[in-house]
Formats: sequence, structure tokens, C-alpha cells
Amino acid sequence: MIAELGLFFLIFALLASMMLAVVPLLGLQFQRPCWQDTAKTYVIWQFSFIAIAYLCLTSCFLLDDFSIVYVVNNSSIALPWFYKLCAVWGGHEGSMLLWVAILSFWMILVAFFSSSLDKEMYTRVLVVLGWLSIGFILFLLTTSNPFLRQFQVLNTQGRDLNPLLQDPGFLFHPPMLYMGYVGFSVAFAFAIAALWSGKVEASWSKWTRPWTLAAWCCLTAGITLGSWWAYRELGWGGWWFWDPVENASFMPWLVGTALLHSLAVTEQRQQFKAWTMLLAIAAFSLSLIGTFLVRSGVLTSVHAFAVDPQRGMYILGFLLIVIGGSLVLFLFRAQTLQTQTSPGLVSRESALLLNNVFLVVIMLTVLMGTVYPLLIDGLGLGKLSVGAPYFNAVFVPLMIPMLLLMGIGVHLKWNADKGRQVFLRLNKTFILSLVLPPLLLITTGSELDFSVLLGLTLALWVILSTLNALYKKIAERGLSGVGQSYWGMVLAHCGVAATVIGISVSTAYGIQDDVQMNPGKTFNLAGYAIQFIKQTALQGPNYKGTRTEFSISDGSTIKTIYPEKRLYNIGQMAMTESAIDVTPFRDIYVALGEPLNDNSWSVRLYYKPFVRWIWSGGFMILAGGFCALTDRRYYQKRRVAATRGIRV
Amino acid sequence: MNRIGWRIIPILFFLLLSVLLWRGLSLDPHTLPSVQVGKILPAFALPELIHPEKIFKSNQIPQQVVLLNVWASWCAACVDEQVFMMELSRKGVPVYGLNYKDNADDAIKWLEQWGNPYKVIVQDSQGKTAIDLGVYGAPETFIIDKKGLIRYRHAGIMSQKVWADEMAPLMKQLDNNG
Repeated sequence: MIAELGLFFLIFALLASMMLAVVPLLGLQFQRPCWQDTAKTYVIWQFSFIAIAYLCLTSCFLLDDFSIVYVVNNSSIALPWFYKLCAVWGGHEGSMLLWVAILSFWMILVAFFSSSLDKEMYTRVLVVLGWLSIGFILFLLTTSNPFLRQFQVLNTQGRDLNPLLQDPGFLFHPPMLYMGYVGFSVAFAFAIAALWSGKVEASWSKWTRPWTLAAWCCLTAGITLGSWWAYRELGWGGWWFWDPVENASFMPWLVGTALLHSLAVTEQRQQFKAWTMLLAIAAFSLSLIGTFLVRSGVLTSVHAFAVDPQRGMYILGFLLIVIGGSLVLFLFRAQTLQTQTSPGLVSRESALLLNNVFLVVIMLTVLMGTVYPLLIDGLGLGKLSVGAPYFNAVFVPLMIPMLLLMGIGVHLKWNADKGRQVFLRLNKTFILSLVLPPLLLITTGSELDFSVLLGLTLALWVILSTLNALYKKIAERGLSGVGQSYWGMVLAHCGVAATVIGISVSTAYGIQDDVQMNPGKTFNLAGYAIQFIKQTALQGPNYKGTRTEFSISDGSTIKTIYPEKRLYNIGQMAMTESAIDVTPFRDIYVALGEPLNDNSWSVRLYYKPFVRWIWSGGFMILAGGFCALTDRRYYQKRRVAATRGIRV
Repeated sequence: MNRIGWRIIPILFFLLLSVLLWRGLSLDPHTLPSVQVGKILPAFALPELIHPEKIFKSNQIPQQVVLLNVWASWCAACVDEQVFMMELSRKGVPVYGLNYKDNADDAIKWLEQWGNPYKVIVQDSQGKTAIDLGVYGAPETFIIDKKGLIRYRHAGIMSQKVWADEMAPLMKQLDNNG
């Protein structure tokens, strides 16, 4: 009964989004303001219906209704209740429902927090989002109904949620990621609405920027959490695998980053409008292409959902309409956006444009690597997969000039600057960041490694130069004269630098050892004595296993950690629950391999210096985005602009 | 062309990409074509599960169209399939079982619990015969014809649909072909 209710409400939601897509549109066409005004009501309806449908599916999970195909495939009686809540998005159908729910959540936010927008623009944005939701809800209803029943009698306790996903990281990672992916639809809708109306007002970028920032923050959080989850849960000690699905989340992030920077130029200088529009379209398009790659089964991946060509065809058709349509619109409408003024060669605009070029080129190389197996397979040249070596080989050389530019860009003035003055402003910082890294390595007694020197130099360059710019700004305008957006920029740039430090140091100085250990045995790793104390049997709610105790001693302090090996009852999937001893400057990571004879285990030990910095950097970037998002400027000036608009 | 300029590049790029994606849809990266279909059932001589002292050889399968079902007591999906297997067995479809990488005691307990649809079950505790068959998980079901050729393979749970759409017609056809 609950499942049928859920399905009904999903159909109601489809009707609401159809109304949203049509009635206000006709209102715009025939100049009927009262029809336009209905947009908000339909958004509220759509949101409520989808929320009810989502709650219905959740309660099916909590009640273990195994007559629903999706529930039997992704849950089991013994699954703890909080994992049942997450299991709702553990498979294709439910995660699509989550996607649609998040889309309508963003829509309701837009409906309620953009009332200061120009009326017509407001309606257009919601109409565009309405069309998008029709596409997604139809996708759910036609190819991926999560409420589908099955009537075969099954002697089953449920096939259980994939044990890899039974981790606290999974509580937050997918919803955050989806918040980001779907959030770009708002910027997309703003761009389409502007192109559609044929005019871009000066305040367009000011409206768009907070929404883009919000989506970008969610995506940053999602990617960082995902990387952290992979590190803890997969037991390989790696934090990024260049897996197609990771790339699918990284590409919109890169373009979203470019979009944020380009919006800054459009906001301040009214330039690059066409380019900004294109980025806004591209960021969302890449989210959609990512969805296609993950859900159509064209690529193999750890994350890939069940193969279904019918779903693939639907999404491809949807892609063609949405992306193709908006790019055609862009092709014919964007010429009205061209600005005649061009900034000086040495100026902040040029630096930001160059930054955009780098980000887009990086995105294209990642895209190339991701779809290359398809190209080769399509040409009948065999099956292959493109792995980390390709990505590292192209990614690192592109990051070097990019980081150099980050340090210079923050010191440049708008419109025009003089190359010589910039040199004078920055030469000391540059020399300092060249000299400090070798000194640091020598004083800490580490071996001189080229990649670490390079990483440290670039990171220090970004940090010192950003702090220097901040110092100058404070000296010039006082502490209160520095806007929150600026603080956000400082935080985010330093976050990038922290990540660079984390990556280069942990990669170069990390140690991995595979050893055979039995209780009582001690092994020395990077100056730490790691002792296997004992092992005990483990009985979890839906798994059995072994829990071991290891002590880690650096001579003065002793810490104890508990790595586990779990065998999930359903499917007999073995899972390694690694245990990590964490300090800000190093991780000691112990993962159990296979049990060997006479009580001993093959054990994998990692010493990873500075690995925490990778995610700390990610969270700093997130904090920076958040800081910029809460800048009062957007909310105040918008009101001023609105009142001014009425006066004129 | 001047009006359009560089702005045509994104759409061209996108069209190229969609052709690629469309091509990709018709290719399945997961397909592991079963090399075994059309070949002779790999020879085996394995102990029976119920009477482990007896060795059952592949050529002891009678000359008729039979199902060979690969299962294990540790395999949750096999439980789901069992109700249907019992139904087939009651209808008179000869089903042979290959107990895959299992512990004999667990397997017998499992049969007591869920029912035994099999004419004969052999123990493939090392999984060697399963490798010869190209099995990559349990459950899997094969159709073996009268000459001992593998004619069909279904990986995963047998459902009413697969049975009615593909397997039952094929078995009937093979039965009639003498």
C-alpha cells in the first residue's frame, strides 16, 4: 500500500512539474501576470509530492517490505536501521529518487529566496527547472521505478546493502555529491533564462553567484568525503583512483571552479559574459554526462550501477535535448553578450581568464581519459582502461602553471597592471618560496625528493603570496574593509596549497609494507613499533568476523587500534575494516589481509605522512566557499538594486 | 559564420561526444561471452553430495535435455531461486546440481531447510569443474542437450520470465530435435 502511495505521489509530482513547465510559460508568452504567479505554487506542490514519495520509499525500507524489488535487492532484515535509511539511495532507482528530491529541494530554495529577482526572470528560471524535473521524473517512472513490486515467492531475508556502503561515510557522501551536481542546475537555469530572454542584466552574475557557490560547496564536500571514505573503507590506502565515477564528479567541480572565477569577473567588470554562460551550461552538462556514464553501464567502475541499455538510451536522449538544446540556444543568442572592451594583457581579468583556460583544459584531459576506452572499443580496437598513470602524467604538468598563476593572480589589479611592478611586488615572496622548502627538508632530516620540493615550493608560493596580498589589503583598507568573499578566497587558495602539500609529501615519503604477523609479534615501520597484541571473534548485526588489537609505539606514547576483518552473512563478502592512528602529521594505517595458518595474518601497514592535509585542504576550500557564500554583499546589494530598479 | 564564430565549437564537441556515447551503449563492457555455449560439457568425476562415497561422472547424465544448476549454501541468491527450482522439479524437469565451493554439512542442512529439487548433486568443493564451465558466480544454470552439449547459460537467479521467454522454449525444441 505504501509503495503504491509513493508511486501515486511521484505521478502527482510529474503533473505538478508539467503544470510548472507550461502554465507560467504561457503566462510569459501571452503577458498574463497571474499565470506567471502560479510558478511558486507548483514548485511547492512538486516538492511536497516528491518528499512524500521519498518518505514512502524510506518507510518501505524500515518495514522490510520485500515484495518491492528495489528493497529486496538493497536491504536485509538484519541491516541496522540507519543503514536502512541510507540503503534508500544504495542502488540506481532510489538514488535517482534522491536526485529528483534534491532537485525539487533546490527549486523550492530558488522559489523562496529569489523573490528579489526581476519577476520575469524569476518565472523563466523556475520554468526551466520545471522542464528539467519533468525529464528526471519521467526517467524514474519509465525506466527506474523504485516502487516496482514482484510477486514471485521468495524465501529471502533480503540481499543486503553492499557491505562497502555500510559505512558512516556513506551517510553523507552521496547526498552531498548530489546536492552539488543538481545544484548546478540552478546556475544552468539562470543562464538559459538569460539567453532565452535575450538580455543579460548587470545583476545577473550577482544573482547566479550565490547559487553556484552553494552547489560548488556541496560538491567540494561530496568529493572530499568520498575520497576520505575510499581511503578508510577500501583498504588500499589510496585516496583517489581516477575511477570513471570519481572523474564524473571531478569534471563538474573543475568547471564549477572556473565558473566561480569567471562570475567574479562578470560581476565586477561586466566582461566574459558569453564565456560565463557557457561555463554555467557546461557545469550542469558535465553533471548530466557523469550520470549517463555511471548509470548506463557504458563504463566499468567500482561504482557503476546495473547495466541497462534502455536507461542509457533515455539519458542519452535527455542529454541531447538538454545539452544540445542549450548549446544551440547559446550559439544563436550569445552574440548579444559580447563586450567591446578588452582588458589589458597583464590584469586580473586576464589572469582569471587564463585560470579558466587551465581548468577547462584539465577538465578536457580528464574527460578524454574517461571516454578513451569507449573510443577504442567503439573503433573495434579492443578493450582497455585508462588508469592513474595517464591522469597523473597529464594532471601534474597542468597544475604547475596553474598554481604559479594562482600566486600571481591575487596580486594583479583589475583592468590593467604593469608587469614590472608585479615583479617588484612578488620577487621576494617567490625567492622565499624557492629557498624555504629545501631548508625545511634539511632541518627535518628528510631526504631531498624532487616532487616534494616542487610541491612544497608551489604550495608555499600560493600561501605566501595570498597572505601577502591579504596583508596589503588590510594595510590599505583596515580589517573591516576586507570583504567575506576575499576571506573566502584566501581560505580556499590556502586549502588548495594544503592539499598539494598533502599529496606530494604522502606520495613521496609514504611507506607500505606487507608482513605476516601473529599475536605478540612486533614490526618496525618508519620508527614506530607496531605490535599485534591479540585477536578476538566478532559478532555484528549482519556480519561475523575477527577483531584484532594492535599497539603503536613511538618510544614514549603507546596507542591502540582495532582493525577488523568482517564476513557479511549475505553474499559472504569479506570486508577489511582498516584501523588508523591519526595525528595531523602522519597516519599509521593497519589493514588485515588474509588469515594464514597458525593464528597469523597477512597484514598491510602504511605510514603516510601529511595525508590528513589532503582532506583538510578540501575542507578549507569548502570553508572558503562557505565564507564567500555568507557574504552580506549579495543579499544587501540585491535589495538595493531591486529598489533602484523600481525607481527607474 | 562571423555571427556564430567560436560559439559553434561547444555544440560540435558535444555532438561528437554523444556519437561516442551512443556507440558505447551498444557495447557492453561487462559481457564475458560464454565460451562454453555450443561446446561439450567438460568432463568431471566428482563425489555425490548425499552419498559422498559414490563418484558421479559427467557421462552418467542420461541422454536427455537437463538443467545443470550451480549453487552453494553460502549464496543468498540461491535461496531465492530454490522455490522456483522446486517447482520445475515437480513439473518433471530434470535438474542436476553442482554444489560450488561449499562445505558438505552446510549444504545438506541447507537442502533440508529449503528442499531438494536435484536428481543428483555433485560436490565441486575446489571449484575446478566450475572453472571449466566458465562459472563466475552462483547461481548459474546451464541447459545440456541429449548429446551432452551446453546449449544455454543463465548467470544469476532464474526467474519466471527468463524461464518462460527463453529456456522453456529452447528445452522443448531440443527435446523434439531427437
